[in-house]
Amino acid sequence: MNLKPETLEKIDAVIPRYPQIRSAALPLLHLVQEDQGFISNEAVEWIAQKLGLQPINIYELVTFYPMFRQKPIGRRHIRVCRTLSCAIMGSYRTCAEFQRQLGAPLGGTSPDGEVTVEFVECLASCGTAPVVMIDDTLHEKVDAARARELSDLIRAQAKAPAQQR
Amino acid sequence: MPAPEQYRMIFRHIDEPGYTSDLACYLRNGGYEVLRKAVQRKPEELVDEVKKSGLRGRGGAGFPCGVKWTLLDRKSGKPIYLVANADESEPGTFKDRYIVYKDPHQLLEGIMITCFANKVERTFIYIRGEFPEGARILERAIAEARAAGFVGPNILGTGYGCEIYVHRGAGAYICGEETGLIESMEGKRPYPRIKPPYFPAVLGLYQCPTIVNNVETLCHVKHIAERGGEAYSKIGTPNNTGTRIYCVSGHVRRPGCYEFEVGKITMGQLLNEVCGGPLPGRSFKAVIPGGSSAKVLRFGERFKGKRKSGATMVDYDWGVEDIPMDFDSLAMIGSMGGSGGVIVMDDSVSMVEALGNINEFYAHESCGQCTPCREGSLWMKRITSRMVHGLARAEDGALLKSVADQIAGRTICAFGEACSWPTQSFIAKFGDEFKAYAAAKAQARPDGAAELI
Repeated sequence: MNLKPETLEKIDAVIPRYPQIRSAALPLLHLVQEDQGFISNEAVEWIAQKLGLQPINIYELVTFYPMFRQKPIGRRHIRVCRTLSCAIMGSYRTCAEFQRQLGAPLGGTSPDGEVTVEFVECLASCGTAPVVMIDDTLHEKVDAARARELSDLIRAQAKAPAQQR
Repeated sequence: MPAPEQYRMIFRHIDEPGYTSDLACYLRNGGYEVLRKAVQRKPEELVDEVKKSGLRGRGGAGFPCGVKWTLLDRKSGKPIYLVANADESEPGTFKDRYIVYKDPHQLLEGIMITCFANKVERTFIYIRGEFPEGARILERAIAEARAAGFVGPNILGTGYGCEIYVHRGAGAYICGEETGLIESMEGKRPYPRIKPPYFPAVLGLYQCPTIVNNVETLCHVKHIAERGGEAYSKIGTPNNTGTRIYCVSGHVRRPGCYEFEVGKITMGQLLNEVCGGPLPGRSFKAVIPGGSSAKVLRFGERFKGKRKSGATMVDYDWGVEDIPMDFDSLAMIGSMGGSGGVIVMDDSVSMVEALGNINEFYAHESCGQCTPCREGSLWMKRITSRMVHGLARAEDGALLKSVADQIAGRTICAFGEACSWPTQSFIAKFGDEFKAYAAAKAQARPDGAAELI
């Protein structure tokens, strides 16, 4: 495992918060996924060892919680809310527009490895439906036209040199 | 009758121009003054104030908060934990997001008063994974509050100490169920625990006595400590005290969060006046009053019966628009106030497709522990999905109902009810639409109708 020094620092800071060390499993999974982009088998074993647990104790979390993934995704992550309030305000059209604009299949990544588009369940912003999360940022009232604008922005940012991103 | 004015207590400063989430702004607006006074009182007095207030939990079940606290096993000698439930996941609910993002110190003050009242020394805020920014805002707020002596060892020089930590979930709806949340906090799959014996008040986090309270509920505690339980109980209506934040989404002109005294506003006032009524050229068809698990109401249906008014019983005959938006009235007409999430659907929506959308949610979110729920939620999804994308049969409504009827009451947690109530109520109220769906599908979709599944 090749974790960044700041990730290791955060890991060591979070463990003592809990009276029982196993509680740190979820925070560690988040930290490792933020560092590595996904949870590899190696990461499962590393976290288990760090917490004195069996690998299955970590693996069963990775396979249960929807936010953990076992494979890398695109550099940009688009999550469109699929649940009722967003759907009746047109989130299926929004999602289709992102897929068309960015060339990504539903639940998959564009051929250039740049963008992953997926449907997720309720993002708890139903009053500004349809909503979309792009990486960590929530975007509200994203109709098909707004999805085109956001797609243009994502494409423009992909072309920009890395330091400007 | 015109709608009453909003009574903005929890949302007093939210969306106020210039109001920010930092400590300095909170202090300028009288922040932490209530905590300052509360820590000078006896903890038992504060518990009594909350009991007197009649506050009912705002997460979904509406359980009296003071009773929850009274059930705590204080004699075990084990530490007592508080977990603030910020796992807001019930579809249609989005009030806690605003509190966490825009007024985090109000939540922290409510938490600290609750901790002091219940002698809690370590507390966690379980925030849903999809609020990464919210988690950062809370971390920052906690650091500010700790530096100012509102959190941490020796709070405000009293010798009492309490730590708050943020714990992020990872996208599972079932973590909103309090015993599932506790399992998740312990680093396990969030399978809800069986009750008895695992009542959190006795055997909660790490098998210690634990309180799990919703974010909005904890904010109310601050206002109860400020006004006193007696005065707070005068807000709202008897047995439905205080204010409630209604989260309105879907087909209205002005969706959003609106705070009113509980029971002082009717569904019709809320949707037609406060939210501006249906979209141009459309009319209301159905509304789900308390998060997607609550039973759907059909515009045009009547609710008749007898209800308590003071000491006497009176007859009532209500349309959907006449229903007072409180826990008891919504329960009386066969639905629930739940989490306060009001989802409105107009005449462009096919009820079969809307149910298909809801069923997909519950099939995705069932934890899989109990067979009736795991299999039943999946079968309900498959049937509605087939109706929409494949062959629809006249008897599918009855088939759906037979599956739903075999789930509720046969599971460890209330998810069994939550996933079967939508199907049961959609079939009961829109059964004809399910029978006629095959024919309806063959015709052109109404203008502007969205794809739902």
